[in-house]
Amino acid sequence: MSIPVEANISLVDKHPADDLLRADRFPHILCPGCGIGTVIHTYVRAIMESGVDPDRHVCVSGIGCSGRAAGYVNVDSYHATHGRALPFALGIALHKPDLVVTVISGDGDLTAIGGNHFIHAARRNINLNVICINNFNYGMTGGQTGPTSPKGARSPTAPDGNQDHPFILPHLAHAIGASFVSRWTVLHVRQFQEAVLRMMEKDGFCFTEVLAPCPTSFGRPNNFAQGLHEMEMYRDRCHIENGVSRMSDLQIDIMDPDWPIIVGNFVDVERGSYGEHA
Amino acid sequence: MSIPADDRVQVRFSGVGGQGIVLMGRLLGKAAALYDNKEAVATQSYGPEARGGASRSDVVISSQPIDFPFVTEVDVLVAFFQEAYQRHRGRLARGGLMIVESDLVKPEHDGTEICPVPATRMAEDLGRKVVANVVMLGYLVGRTGVVSRESLEEAIRTTVKAKVVPLDLEAVEAGIQLARTHQQQKADEAAAP
Amino acid sequence: MVKLHAARPPPTPRLLSGARFMQGDHACAEGALAAGLDFFAGYPITPSTEVAERLSDRLPAVGGRFVQMEDELGSIAAIIGASAAGARSLTATSGPGFSLMMENIGLAAMMELPIVVVNVQRASPSTGLPTMVGQSDILQARWGSHGDYGVIAYCPDSPQECFDLTFEAFNAADRYRVPVFVLMDEVVGHMAERVVIPEPGILSIRVRKGPRQPPGKEPFLSYAPDDDLVPPIAHAGEGYKVHMTGLTHDERGYPITDAGVHHKLVTRLVDKVRKHADQILMTEEFMLDDADTVLLAIGCTSRSARHAVRMARAQGRHWGLLRPKTVWPFPSDRVRELAASGRVRQFVVPEISLGQLRREVERLTRMPVINITHAGGAMPTPEQILEAVES
Repeated sequence: MSIPVEANISLVDKHPADDLLRADRFPHILCPGCGIGTVIHTYVRAIMESGVDPDRHVCVSGIGCSGRAAGYVNVDSYHATHGRALPFALGIALHKPDLVVTVISGDGDLTAIGGNHFIHAARRNINLNVICINNFNYGMTGGQTGPTSPKGARSPTAPDGNQDHPFILPHLAHAIGASFVSRWTVLHVRQFQEAVLRMMEKDGFCFTEVLAPCPTSFGRPNNFAQGLHEMEMYRDRCHIENGVSRMSDLQIDIMDPDWPIIVGNFVDVERGSYGEHA
Repeated sequence: MSIPADDRVQVRFSGVGGQGIVLMGRLLGKAAALYDNKEAVATQSYGPEARGGASRSDVVISSQPIDFPFVTEVDVLVAFFQEAYQRHRGRLARGGLMIVESDLVKPEHDGTEICPVPATRMAEDLGRKVVANVVMLGYLVGRTGVVSRESLEEAIRTTVKAKVVPLDLEAVEAGIQLARTHQQQKADEAAAP
Repeated sequence: MVKLHAARPPPTPRLLSGARFMQGDHACAEGALAAGLDFFAGYPITPSTEVAERLSDRLPAVGGRFVQMEDELGSIAAIIGASAAGARSLTATSGPGFSLMMENIGLAAMMELPIVVVNVQRASPSTGLPTMVGQSDILQARWGSHGDYGVIAYCPDSPQECFDLTFEAFNAADRYRVPVFVLMDEVVGHMAERVVIPEPGILSIRVRKGPRQPPGKEPFLSYAPDDDLVPPIAHAGEGYKVHMTGLTHDERGYPITDAGVHHKLVTRLVDKVRKHADQILMTEEFMLDDADTVLLAIGCTSRSARHAVRMARAQGRHWGLLRPKTVWPFPSDRVRELAASGRVRQFVVPEISLGQLRREVERLTRMPVINITHAGGAMPTPEQILEAVES
């Protein structure tokens, strides 16, 4: 169906990404201002540009808002239990090595409840692409403190502010042996998409942290009441520094308005992926 | 329905780790179950007991199906070490056979018939100390006939590495020869006035 | 003669046909290989470690994949993932690891991804006696993960059955798309006995029921069941763009928040086993025809029970043995039938548990049930069974 609006403008029947989205599941459950939709769309664009038949792409998620990503992409997709997306994906990737398996999940799913699988999947250099959506909290359950919540951030489980030190996810991923490590935000869609494409073409364990606003749960009590506020913060404070020399410099303190946020592609090395010698 | 006469034979190998105690059980059980048309169950000790150095393996052999897999009393006890002898001698059945590594075990004079086998020394004479357990198996088979020599040899051929087989077969022969000597001595003693 | 190539070991066959003297753990591994095992993920734990050790050597040699995981949570998730990609997949563990696997047992049940989990039971609870026998994971195997779902559990009593029933477990898992357990115990896992592995062509491997439509335009309904309640399965990479989730889902596999859909789905998960119980059930009956005293025992304990029956018979007593080879589904109808026969006076349940199996028998009959129990580390002997019944 095409609806002429003006003589020289027409709406297209189909969005180029339609075939790769499960439109029959829309409207989605994500909140206004949430960054997860951008991540899903970026992943879909990367699939389109990967040159690999979508039938050979597989998406695995864990539990949480980010864990719902698998449910909206029209490739073989699996919504595993909380924390277990990585070992579930490992089973697929090792049994069918010709598939391009991407794990999209949240910071809590991947690095709190699933932390053990994270360090060992990276150590083994399993051929997986991991997109870790970091929204600094447990969004689905109402904004509780998570492993990346900034010090001082208020949440329903830290009414006086978080006392714990947050993970520096790229630093962690590098330390445990990931072959590719990057950090972007949902503001940096082009660079983020390039990073996802790089992960898809690269063997071994590849990791990208993508910062994403969660205005409903994290933003409101922490001065980012709208998604736009956090996007503006990304614009103002992000520095692109590919191949950063000191991974510990990647510390984020989004509560501190003067603290820079370093984004970029930090690590891209060959380690020989798991089972290569088999 | 009648229950057939029980010809269950229960063998226990005991010693310390590294003496090939578990392999002895496996070889004897295999000889019986695969080459001697008998039923056989082999079990072994596990756990801290085994870690502490003690090692034990048991074999039950019967012409009938073996329901209960563990030894209830020991018909033939092979003790490869003093501590093993002390620990297990109380389980020996009346009339049972006690085979000891005679350089490593000093048995007590309690009326039990003792078969002294210097298996380690005999193995050294053959060229390798590690076949002491096979010397002992050869002796056991020569002395008791619980499985045939051919079955034991076949179990060895199908279990150990090919290059070890000739030496193992020599070890069996050495054990069987000693068993014959002992049996001859016993017969002579019985015949003596 | 000039040797042109360095000598290579001959390729090992998948099926080690012939008679072997083998421990139960190894026989279990061979049963899995015979069933076409593609993928094993596990974490070492006594007394199941020998299953993993053997497969670490044997499985890659026949083209399969062996992974030693970081823990049991990862192990079970990995085999479910591999199953989603079409693998016949297995893990092996013991009590503490089995406890860690419970959450994802539910995921396998909900996603209807076939898996086989071997649990070589040891004396429990908690760390218990790692090297010694137990049989007290029976109810955990049935009810351990939260919620209602159906499972199948086999209880081998010998190394031969470790082979036979592990083979069977894979066929059952693929047939009904449920988690299937091989509930061994330390005694059958570690004892060695003759195991006869059939010649090629004797065992038949069931092939998973696949989609009856080509991949492409028409959406594939991953959870539209056939009359047998089991939906055809499409695997990752086959082009059907499936979605699988542990959330309550519709026939397309999409999450749906609806009590009616939930009720229908979960009922089917349970009914897949319940309504096929007669096809799944396997029992052994020993001297049961004229028995007035019925012993019911599983795994290694049934060996004591069988011997006790022989001893009682030798004394002219009418004892018999009913041995469930499948403890789940439980042979409830047969127990009820025996109880109602008018001939049977009592049931005797020896077990290495303080009454888990007795509970099953008791709920089916009002007859006296004599329970001979041990909490673990040792199994009731034939003499103990006879004495307990006499007193």
